[in-house]
Amino acid sequence: MLIHEQSRSGRRAFAQAPKDRPGLEDIPAEFLRERPPALPEVSEMQAVRHYTRLSQKNFSIDTQFYPLGSCTMKYNPRACNTLAMLPGILGRHPLAPESHSQGFMACLFELQEMLKEVTGMHDVSLVPAAGAQGEFTGVAMIRAYHDSRGDSERTEIIVPDAAHGTNPATAVMCGYKVREIPTLGNGDVDLDALREAVGPQTAGIMLTNPSTVGVFERNIAEIARIVHEAGGLLYYDGANLNAILGKCRPGDMGFDVIHMNLHKTFSTPHGGGGPGAGPVGVSERLKPFLPVPMVAQDGYGDYYWLTEKERPQTIGKLMAFAGNAGVLLRAWVYARMLGREGMIRVAEYATLNANYMAARLREAGFQLAYPERRATHEFIVTLRRQAKELKVNAMDFAKRLLDYGYHAPTTYFPLLVPECFLIEPTETEAKEALDGFIEAMRAIQKEAESEPDTVRSAPHTLPVRRLDDVRAARELDLKWSGA
Amino acid sequence: MSDIPSELKYTKTHEWVRDEGDGVVTVGITDHAQELLGDLVFVELPEVGAEINAGDECAVVESVKAASDVYCPLSGEVVAVNEVLTDAPETINSDAYEAGWMFRLKLVDEGEIDSLLDADAYAEHCESEEH
Repeated sequence: MLIHEQSRSGRRAFAQAPKDRPGLEDIPAEFLRERPPALPEVSEMQAVRHYTRLSQKNFSIDTQFYPLGSCTMKYNPRACNTLAMLPGILGRHPLAPESHSQGFMACLFELQEMLKEVTGMHDVSLVPAAGAQGEFTGVAMIRAYHDSRGDSERTEIIVPDAAHGTNPATAVMCGYKVREIPTLGNGDVDLDALREAVGPQTAGIMLTNPSTVGVFERNIAEIARIVHEAGGLLYYDGANLNAILGKCRPGDMGFDVIHMNLHKTFSTPHGGGGPGAGPVGVSERLKPFLPVPMVAQDGYGDYYWLTEKERPQTIGKLMAFAGNAGVLLRAWVYARMLGREGMIRVAEYATLNANYMAARLREAGFQLAYPERRATHEFIVTLRRQAKELKVNAMDFAKRLLDYGYHAPTTYFPLLVPECFLIEPTETEAKEALDGFIEAMRAIQKEAESEPDTVRSAPHTLPVRRLDDVRAARELDLKWSGA
Repeated sequence: MSDIPSELKYTKTHEWVRDEGDGVVTVGITDHAQELLGDLVFVELPEVGAEINAGDECAVVESVKAASDVYCPLSGEVVAVNEVLTDAPETINSDAYEAGWMFRLKLVDEGEIDSLLDADAYAEHCESEEH
């Protein structure tokens, strides 16, 4: 039942409170609305019950193992939340003067410095409000760089087919033509195809490393050489930064620009539709183009905003203020709690957990897409054989996992691998959780062999059964139009 | 194994081509392609009158799993499109080679047809992609 359907005219938060609200008569009549807003009229208790029930129907990282590959659904420590909500910080107005904002600005400055250090980039701007905006910023800076040199004939961005799905969209948004290059059977970029694709028209290449197929790009140094020699720049999609955090750095691999998804790697809340944070880091030559405002420190140790005045070549502002402050603060707390040593452990345990699961699932008879490669923080299982022989496909397995109490891994992505699961356990899960998931997969495999209809018609234990996603896509209807 | 009619020609990117004579061909996506994509929910067709080069993206098919470009198998001018698909994209799932045709081309060079794959070569290509 929608909360709108519970609405009763005139019902308010406290049923027993007097109807006349003092203070309203002070508001000049011309500022009062003539009609009440079209909001549900329910009591506070109804609202609490409604949203509590909804949250109980939900799968979330606070309730279930959530191995959604390419999304890094790790646990968000409560301390990050608590500290970012300190009243002094929460109450700071975004237009407050620098002299009243030194504590807040110190956190942002330190976050910029920590992100620089851990990625090996020369400068960082925290402004982009999400991963997608970070990508847009990155490619917009590549364009600004070429334009500033009068090198405007560069019209193409190269994107390997194992790249993150948003990469081609970003390139097109920034006015580039996308040139796709294939991935070899072993998961690495096809270097011959790359050599053939680069030229005076190449503005840059967008890479995710480790790539979306869950392996580290071994030829990254050679790729950087080929693209740089052609006059192009290298863009690093930070989607999979969790796998290498503190172990190796995109800056050292030769990347010129990177965006980081703080809501993935730096454990800020994720999957609720925002707000996110997608800071960008750059090499020396892209520094002048970073979006403002950024935080700098003067000779006396005081923090101040860098604006268009100090950075005249900036691509400009992306939002009214300096990024999603609450998310940035949570990331700062997270980074400070981990420290340098902790970040290395993030990558080590994320990778260990993924490789443990890959090995155990293989033992259990599941087919890995890249069995000869060591997994990074995620890996791919292909259920092609099950789909062919048992007529039970990846989506059926995914839905049945929900009955076993596990959020399904990413399905049917990357598109390169048929009937695939992209599984990312993250470093925050205990071995028992990983073992539980593996046991569930074994059990579903048995069911697929002995009673396939149970799997095909899953889920059976959730508030809704199998949703008709085809009909939902064909007859999209998201509007509530009253009873 | 999916259906690959022997009288048609094919591309490596999973389009089929039927020679209608007089330099006109009909184009669609193969049964194998629709099987990989799953239930289609949206089809974007080229405009009648558009002149398209072989290898260019000229249409889009979208399923619940993925959106995929359709590449023009040969160079020519679009002389007809299958309007039925706009409201009933699932026609391609049920009948990829007949009712599910996508568009007709008036070819620039009829000889180009010979450069396409025949049914055996296409079957072999699908097989090799499986591994």
